[in-house]
Amino acid sequence: MKGMTIIVKTISSWVKVLIFLFGIYIILFGHLTPGGGFAGGVILASCYVLLMLAFGREYVEKNLPLPVASKLDCLGAFLFALIAVLGLVFGGTFFLNFLYQKYLPGEALELVSAGTIPLSNIAIGLKVGASLFLVILVLSMFRPDMSGKKEE
Amino acid sequence: MPYALCFLLFMIGLYCAVVKKNMVKIVIGIMVMEYAVNLFLIMLGYRFGGVAPIIDKGQLEAGMEQFISSSVDPLPQALVLTAIVISLGSLALMISICIRTYEKYGTFDITQIRRLKG
Amino acid sequence: MTIIFYILLLFIIIAAIIAVETRYLLSAVICVGAIGFGASLMFLFLRAPDIAITQIVVEVLGLIILIRACLSRELTFISGDREFFAVVVSAVIIFAIFLAGIKVLDTLPDFGTAIFAEVPDTASQTYIGEGLEKTGAANIVASVILDFRAYDTLGEATVLFTSIIGATVILRKKSKKLLEDPE
Repeated sequence: MKGMTIIVKTISSWVKVLIFLFGIYIILFGHLTPGGGFAGGVILASCYVLLMLAFGREYVEKNLPLPVASKLDCLGAFLFALIAVLGLVFGGTFFLNFLYQKYLPGEALELVSAGTIPLSNIAIGLKVGASLFLVILVLSMFRPDMSGKKEE
Repeated sequence: MPYALCFLLFMIGLYCAVVKKNMVKIVIGIMVMEYAVNLFLIMLGYRFGGVAPIIDKGQLEAGMEQFISSSVDPLPQALVLTAIVISLGSLALMISICIRTYEKYGTFDITQIRRLKG
Repeated sequence: MTIIFYILLLFIIIAAIIAVETRYLLSAVICVGAIGFGASLMFLFLRAPDIAITQIVVEVLGLIILIRACLSRELTFISGDREFFAVVVSAVIIFAIFLAGIKVLDTLPDFGTAIFAEVPDTASQTYIGEGLEKTGAANIVASVILDFRAYDTLGEATVLFTSIIGATVILRKKSKKLLEDPE
C-alpha cells in the first residue's frame, strides 16, 4: 500500500482544503494583516507536501505534475517582473505603485487598496509555493543507486 | 545582554560548521548561524512596550502619532523576511549536494571524500 | 517582560548544543526543529508577527528536507575530530571571531531602546510615518518589501529561482548515463 495508514489519509483529506484556504487567505490579506506572499506561498507548498507524505508521490504528481509546477514557478516570476515593468510604462519609474497613485486609490484598511501590493503578493506567493513544491518533489524522486557501490 | 546570548548561539553554529566532520552536521551549523543573525537583526529594532508595525482601525481613528511613537522598526523585519525564505532555498541546495555526494562516495564523512572520481 | 526573552534564548541555546553534540543525526535534526520553533516564539514576542508566521512554516518544510537527507541511510556514526592542523586553524578562526564579537558587543545600544527613533531622519521613521499614506497598505512590512524596497524582493526571487534550478540539476536522474557516454 502506498503512503501511510488509513487514519493519516482520512485526516489529511479533511484538512487539506482548510490548509489551502488558509494559504490563500494569508496571501490575499497580506497588505492588511500579518502574512503576505512568502508565508502564504510556503503554506500552499506545505499543503501539497502533506498530501505527498500521506498518499505517496504518484497521487500528487497526478494532480500537479512536475512540468506544470515549473511553469507555475516561471509564471509567478514573470508576473512579478511584469508588474514592475507596468510601473515603468504607466508612471515612468520601475516598481512604481501606479495603481495606487493614479487609477485606484482605494480606501485604507479595505481589501481593494494599496494598488499593486496585493497583485505582487499573489505573484510572489505563486512563485514561492511552486518552487518549494518543486524542490521537495525533486528530492523525493531521487533514488540513490547504491547497487554498483556494494560490488566494488 | 540578550545580544550576548545571541552571539553565543552564533559561536555554537560556527563551531559546528568548522569542526564537525559530518556533512549534515555542517549544514545544521550553518542553519544555527542563520537563526542567530535573524534574531539579532530583529532584536535591534525592538523597543520596550512597542507594537507590531501593522495599522488597525483603532489606531487609525485615534490618530497616527501614538502608532508612530510606539511601533517597532519595520526595516529589519522586511529584510529578515526575505532572508528566511532564501535560507530555505539554500538549505535545499546544500541537502541535494549532500545526497548526491552520499550516492557517489557512500559516506557523509568529509575527510573520506578527498579523491576525485568520475 | 524581558525574562521571557532570556528563557526562550536559553531554550534555543540548549537545543543548539544538543543538536551540535549528539551522535544521532535524526535527534540533531529534531533539535534544529526545536531551535526554529523557539525562534518563532521569540519573533512573536519581539512584535514581528509576519516573521513568526513565515518562520514556523519554513521550519516545517526545512525539517522535511533535512529528514529526507538522513532517512534510509546506513547511519554510520562518524567519530573523532579532524587532524591536528585543521583543528588548530579552526580554533584560531573561532577565537579571532570571538574577540571581534566581544569588541562589537560593547558598542551596541541597550536592549529595547530603539535607536532608529532617536536619530533624526532615518528610513524607518519615514516608513512608519508615511507608509500608509504613500502606499495605502496597512501592513508596513508589506509596504516596505513590495513598494519601497521592491528591488530587494526581485533579487530574492532571483536567488530562490537559481537555488531551485541548482537543486534540480544536481539531483537529475540521467547524470550517471551522461557521464558514462563519452567513454
